[in-house]
Amino acid sequence: MIFALPLEPATLADIAQALSVGVMLCGFWMLLQRRLVNVVRTYAAQAFLLALAAAWQAYVQDERQLLTTAVIILVAKALIVPAVLNRIIVKLDLRRSVATSVGFGRGLVGAMGLVGFSMLLVFPVTTTSGALTRETLAMALSVVFLGFWMIITRNRAISQVIALMALENGVLLAVVGVKGMPLVVEMITAVLVLLTFMVFGIFFFHIRTRFDSLDVRNLERVHIIPWLRSS
Amino acid sequence: MTLFSLALDVAHVGLTVAVAPLLTGWVRWVKARLTLRRGPSPFQPYRDLRRLLRKDIVLADSVSWVFIATPFVLFAIMALAACLVPTFTPSLALAPTSDLITLVALLGLARFMLALAGMDAGTSFGGLGSSREMLIATLAEPAMLMVVFSVALMAHTTALPNVALFVLAHPPVFHISLVLALSALVLVALAENARIPIDNPTTHLELTMVHEAMILEYTGPHLALIEAAAMIKLTLYVALIACLFAPWGMATDLSDARVVALGIGTYLGKLAVAGTALAVFETGIAKMRVFRYPEFLGTALLMGLLAIVFLYVNQVVS
Amino acid sequence: MVGVPALVALTLLLAGLGGVGLVAIALGRFPGVARCAVYGLSAALCAAMAGIAGVFLLDPASDTQTLELPFGIPTVGAHLRLDPLSAFFLMLIGGIGALCSIYGESYGRHDSEPLRILPFYPVFLAGMGLVTLADDVFVFLLAWELMSLASWLMVLGGKRDGITLQAAYLYLLMAMGGTLALVGAFALMSSESESYVFSTFRAQTFPSLTASAVIVLTVIGAGAKAGFVPLHVWLPRAHPVAPSHVSALMSGVMTKIALYGLIRVGFDLVGLPEGWWGGLLLVVGGVTAVAGLLYAMVQTDLKETLAYSTIKNVGIIAIGLGLALAFRAYGLHVLAGVALIAALFHILNHALFKSLLFLGAGAVVQATGTRNIEQMGGLGRRMPATAAFFFIGSVAISALPPFNGFVSEWLTFQALLGGVALPVWTLRLATPVVAALVALSAALAAMAFVRLYGVVFLGRPRDPAAARARDVGIGMLGPMAILAGACLVLGIVPLGGLVVLRPVMIELLPRSGAALAASDVLTLVPLAASGSAYSGVLLVGVLLVLGLGALGVVRVLAGRACVRRGPAWDCGFPSDDPSAQYSAASFAQPVRRVLGGLVFGIRDVVTMPPPGSMRAAVHKVTLDDRLWKGLYARLGWGVHRLAVEADRARQMTIRHYLMIMFGLTLALLFLVAVTA
Repeated sequence: MIFALPLEPATLADIAQALSVGVMLCGFWMLLQRRLVNVVRTYAAQAFLLALAAAWQAYVQDERQLLTTAVIILVAKALIVPAVLNRIIVKLDLRRSVATSVGFGRGLVGAMGLVGFSMLLVFPVTTTSGALTRETLAMALSVVFLGFWMIITRNRAISQVIALMALENGVLLAVVGVKGMPLVVEMITAVLVLLTFMVFGIFFFHIRTRFDSLDVRNLERVHIIPWLRSS
Repeated sequence: MTLFSLALDVAHVGLTVAVAPLLTGWVRWVKARLTLRRGPSPFQPYRDLRRLLRKDIVLADSVSWVFIATPFVLFAIMALAACLVPTFTPSLALAPTSDLITLVALLGLARFMLALAGMDAGTSFGGLGSSREMLIATLAEPAMLMVVFSVALMAHTTALPNVALFVLAHPPVFHISLVLALSALVLVALAENARIPIDNPTTHLELTMVHEAMILEYTGPHLALIEAAAMIKLTLYVALIACLFAPWGMATDLSDARVVALGIGTYLGKLAVAGTALAVFETGIAKMRVFRYPEFLGTALLMGLLAIVFLYVNQVVS
Repeated sequence: MVGVPALVALTLLLAGLGGVGLVAIALGRFPGVARCAVYGLSAALCAAMAGIAGVFLLDPASDTQTLELPFGIPTVGAHLRLDPLSAFFLMLIGGIGALCSIYGESYGRHDSEPLRILPFYPVFLAGMGLVTLADDVFVFLLAWELMSLASWLMVLGGKRDGITLQAAYLYLLMAMGGTLALVGAFALMSSESESYVFSTFRAQTFPSLTASAVIVLTVIGAGAKAGFVPLHVWLPRAHPVAPSHVSALMSGVMTKIALYGLIRVGFDLVGLPEGWWGGLLLVVGGVTAVAGLLYAMVQTDLKETLAYSTIKNVGIIAIGLGLALAFRAYGLHVLAGVALIAALFHILNHALFKSLLFLGAGAVVQATGTRNIEQMGGLGRRMPATAAFFFIGSVAISALPPFNGFVSEWLTFQALLGGVALPVWTLRLATPVVAALVALSAALAAMAFVRLYGVVFLGRPRDPAAARARDVGIGMLGPMAILAGACLVLGIVPLGGLVVLRPVMIELLPRSGAALAASDVLTLVPLAASGSAYSGVLLVGVLLVLGLGALGVVRVLAGRACVRRGPAWDCGFPSDDPSAQYSAASFAQPVRRVLGGLVFGIRDVVTMPPPGSMRAAVHKVTLDDRLWKGLYARLGWGVHRLAVEADRARQMTIRHYLMIMFGLTLALLFLVAVTA
């Protein structure tokens, strides 16, 4: 132990559980936000909780490496990315609605179904692992599913990017929560998502300049091979 | 049932009924202070009730017996519910006769009657209130049941005194299921008591009211009974939350007067704390649109379900 | 008194009921006499049936009785059997049947063509009774079809219009389909045990695959009759168009006989259940419970709303049965007992309050001349007795204390709480979800019945006919009073239901004796260990004391205050127009918008005219039943296409026919050549 707190092992696990549930609930709340600014805020909160979870795991598992991860998550995902996103939102004047393609009610029911499904998926196959691992894995999978669900149900490219990064938070949650996962994996995911973020950034400005909107439904109207029709 | 336990039950109901207007007055006073108003004294609800009780009754031409019976039924149900929820002691004579699910159903009966009364005068506002009230109930009931379910999983019973004794017998723990179930119950309680963000207890703007719209046609003593019932309901929910999640301080040994006094003292303290928290919460938040209720209560439902799932996981492994 | 003759007496009573149908035809020239004779005799025979069955059930010394009659399939004969389960259902048929017969005598007085109903009514009762006594495949299916066809004829006999014809046609199709599934189930069991008699099925252990197929087919077959979603479509169309006392029997009793078939097969004939059967019923029940009420919420037809709420209650019963099967499969016998009692209790309760509500609806329909609730209102003051009974039925069906509906739903919840003991993850996770669905359906039921009672009996009359309505006579109020009384008594003293149900539970689940054993007159205790209890007597007593106390306090404090009548205040903008009241459609609007979109793609579109325009705003609600479109419309389309193809084959030339035959011969020869 780096330093010892006067806590029972059960309490240690409980706090870890609470943090992973918090990350999941943030993913859920993200789906309920009507304004992009609030979506970004919820995302920042999720990243913050994730950083806390990583730090807590660093303490519980006694791994200094994870502490670095926590700091990276805190700085990059909870501070820098939200700031950049906010700038984009202000610049492109997107503060208003989030433009959903599925109604909020149905989105909610779908999200709850996905959370249940991920538990149904994780619990039976992990009967040998401890309660903490199972719950963390279930929560992580839920976050991933919720991220996917958000990508599907949103029309604006910017919401989809936030969703993608929320999805990556799920992957990270699994990585920090399960003992003995090498740091390389998370590094690679992080770099991957950073790249995607950049690609999407360029993509934003392009579709914005061409269609005066960030609605991806515009893309469906583009004829990729127009000469095929003319011939 | 001995004479002593009967007297205890009467004292128990009497305390909750007597203190209920004070809780409502306290919430209003704190809210006034938070918004930099002086506000009426916390004892104002008592004066309001007394004033209403002395007034004449005006009945709409079209009302039937439902309208007249509802205030009495409502008050009786709330008082009965006060017999069932342990406040300062878990040793109640009546409490073993019914459990948490019965309590929820009793409150459902009260709501059923009130919604019918809202429709009885044949006005549009009454119907509007009834319709929305029943919608809220429809959404809140599943979440409430999930809370009941998770409590029952923890304490292996749905009888309220047994739950309180169970929690008292175990050291206080921090567990995610408890947090989730508590949050779900708080959300449900806000919705059920017509508080912000679901309903605004102080509004008299026609299109935003739910509870107030149903009781629009009530006058005089009828209105006093309904207002009193609403106040008791708020107290009841605070007592319920305290009983399920923080029963500490309850008097298990009734032969010691000091322990009983401590029990009553902590109960009043819990009410004050909950009232202050409610006032702070309501000051900081705005009322929701009607069609966002499903999201609010859907979140409560999800939290309740998660609480149960985590209880399952922990039970299997440990 | 009950020795050997109980079964014989019951058989004779059923035969007598069949004979009453002939009496109706014989007296056809004198409709008034025929009506009195049919309903009078039916009531007497039904009451006797209920009495004998009740004595059999309550007498601890009575034993299962069997009887073999020399008709039916040659060399097999017809087997009848009386056990607690069939006695319980016979009691239900007899009791409700007798009350509905008394009601029918008054209700049918204004019927212009009584012979369209009278001959079939007693046959319908006899058919239902025979189903419960059947002890071989032939008698069971015969009785089942008798019940289906007699009720079909009565649906057809209601009115001469297109809607009735359509409803009856759909009913016939679904009933036949259901029977086909049951034939399949019995055929599987018969081929395995090489017998048609139920007693051999009982002795046989079926292979797992056969047993599972039997259960699935039975769920389909019985479910089509009971109204499991998605096989429910005929029910809300067919039940309301029959005369109200027949609707009461169809909704209150016939759906229960369908569930009897499920219980008989699932708990008695196929042997030990597998875990997933319970899961299947849980899911079907949960969906049925919620969907039934969502449909009920958007109806404006009084009896159709009641029929949809029947679907909800069937779902609750299915949940209880599914839990019982699941608990039994994993050896949790006491919990299985609690779940089974919950299901049986709900069967009893629903039979009582649904019959009550249908009889009340019949009185309303007779008084106002319409089934459309948007033309009613204010009937509570015009028809106080009917309103009071309908009120009791509404509270009971909304699962609120202190009435009987609450007791059985409470027991269902207690059984669901036991779901944590199940050793399978999927079932364990399913129980809280199903509990949430049950809670949702209970809350929706309360909403639906606030809407129904509020729009029909409260407020101001929306139509001149409603303003002139008069309460019905004692012949119709009497049966309602008895049913309402039963709802209250069973809610306050559930032990009254328990003494009837426990023998059935012990018969079906012999090792569940500890379930509810600790209950007494005062309290209902499902599991002695948990300490959860319900005491209707104390609850009602304290409630009365407190309510009267409040009344006394108000009387003393408000001594000088007086009561005046005046126009409604309505925030200072009262409108004399009764159409300004909240209507049934507006009451359902929030639920339609919040939950309706998911199930049947409901859209509320409001078109506002531009400012300054004098045109009226338009509010249009479009309803698009996804289930009907997605499943039944497609099925119908497929059948139609098949028919078109077949029709084309019918019109081919002789040359084509010869070609087909020749080609077939060649193909068969080729098959021979390949296999040989």
